[in-house]
Amino acid sequence: MNETPSLVAILVTAALTNNILLAKFLGMCSFLSCSRQISTALGLGVAVTFVLTGTIMVNHLVYHYLLVPLGIEHLMLIIFIAVIAGCVQFVEMFIERFSPRLYYALGIFLPLITVNCAILGAALFMVIDEYSFWETLAFGFGSGIGWMLAIVLLAGLRKRMGYSDPPKPFRGVAITMIVTGIMALAFMGFAGMGQ
Amino acid sequence: MSNANASPPAGAESCGACQCHGFCDGKGLAVFKESSWTSNPVAVQTLGICPTLAVTTRLENSLVMGIAMIFVCVGSSLMLSLLRHTTPRRIRLIASVAIIATFVILIDQFLKAFYWEMSRQLGPYVGLIITNCIVLGRAEAFAMQNKPQLAVVDAAAAAIGFAGILAVVGTVRELLGEGTLLGFTVLDPQWYTKNLVMVLAPGAFVVMGFLIAFFNWFQDRSAMLTKGER
Repeated sequence: MNETPSLVAILVTAALTNNILLAKFLGMCSFLSCSRQISTALGLGVAVTFVLTGTIMVNHLVYHYLLVPLGIEHLMLIIFIAVIAGCVQFVEMFIERFSPRLYYALGIFLPLITVNCAILGAALFMVIDEYSFWETLAFGFGSGIGWMLAIVLLAGLRKRMGYSDPPKPFRGVAITMIVTGIMALAFMGFAGMGQ
Repeated sequence: MSNANASPPAGAESCGACQCHGFCDGKGLAVFKESSWTSNPVAVQTLGICPTLAVTTRLENSLVMGIAMIFVCVGSSLMLSLLRHTTPRRIRLIASVAIIATFVILIDQFLKAFYWEMSRQLGPYVGLIITNCIVLGRAEAFAMQNKPQLAVVDAAAAAIGFAGILAVVGTVRELLGEGTLLGFTVLDPQWYTKNLVMVLAPGAFVVMGFLIAFFNWFQDRSAMLTKGER
């Protein structure tokens, strides 16, 4: 993997092999709390994909055209947070004005997403891995899709788990964690695809 | 948290005799126990799971992350508690995020300057302390309403509870995954086959699942014991 990987490879890697949730553990809080119903999980997944792709591009531009020329990379964290919060607020207002139906579907999830560490984490990985603009776009979109895939799959599993009977201490979060572990194991099987 | 609040008498009684009486109104020990053990941020409230899973491949990383967390949590809670009367309520969320971010940037720059190798291994997870729900949770739920001394005790307790879980998960994963502890060989590779899954992502989830189950079992049991005595 010494050559620059193609955009498709970055997208597939971000979505499957290096799944932002199952391999990098980002966005666990909402993953655990919002995965009881498939419809909720899907709504949140779409919202995360949307916001992640949007903010990571803005953050890419801000980082390379504002922070680096000014030499204030150490303020990266606080600026990224501000950008994310601002973008989410803007998108929320925009959707509310132009598409009430979409707002009704995504509205409740948008404020939640501001503090979702997947969004900030993806931006930080973007800086560490030194992606170009289009690579960033592929990475952001792939990460979002990967996150959505994981949470929808887990919601389906949890629905089935409702009928099973684990030992009492394992009920709730503990068994969800272990199931997620098995799911992560399955996703590692995609590793051969990246090359 | 509500069920923990339902049983303060036991903690309050034992704290009447605690040494920090006066310094934190004699509530220090009860607050400490409550925040670090009874409602442990990771195992009981399942907050801040991301770093707990991500940096615990080795014990050393876990310890450094724990220390960073204690620094940020205590520092930001102290600041917020000192400023709690002067912060307008409407901007308190943004004020807390700004203060937390300041402390995170401090520790991040410190690690980059003096422990470059460690900073590289922890990757973005130090920066992600900003979005860690534990820090903001303690700031919102406790530091905003309480005196600075008590806020520091509470923040330290929550962060130590977090660091403790990190250390346990880190120990298990490094021991089973690489047969070493802090880089020293403990399980001889001649008879112990390294279980690589433990170092990889799935191991983290499974260890965490068992740890949460252990906490559930332990607290169920102690709740049953106290009921039996009464």
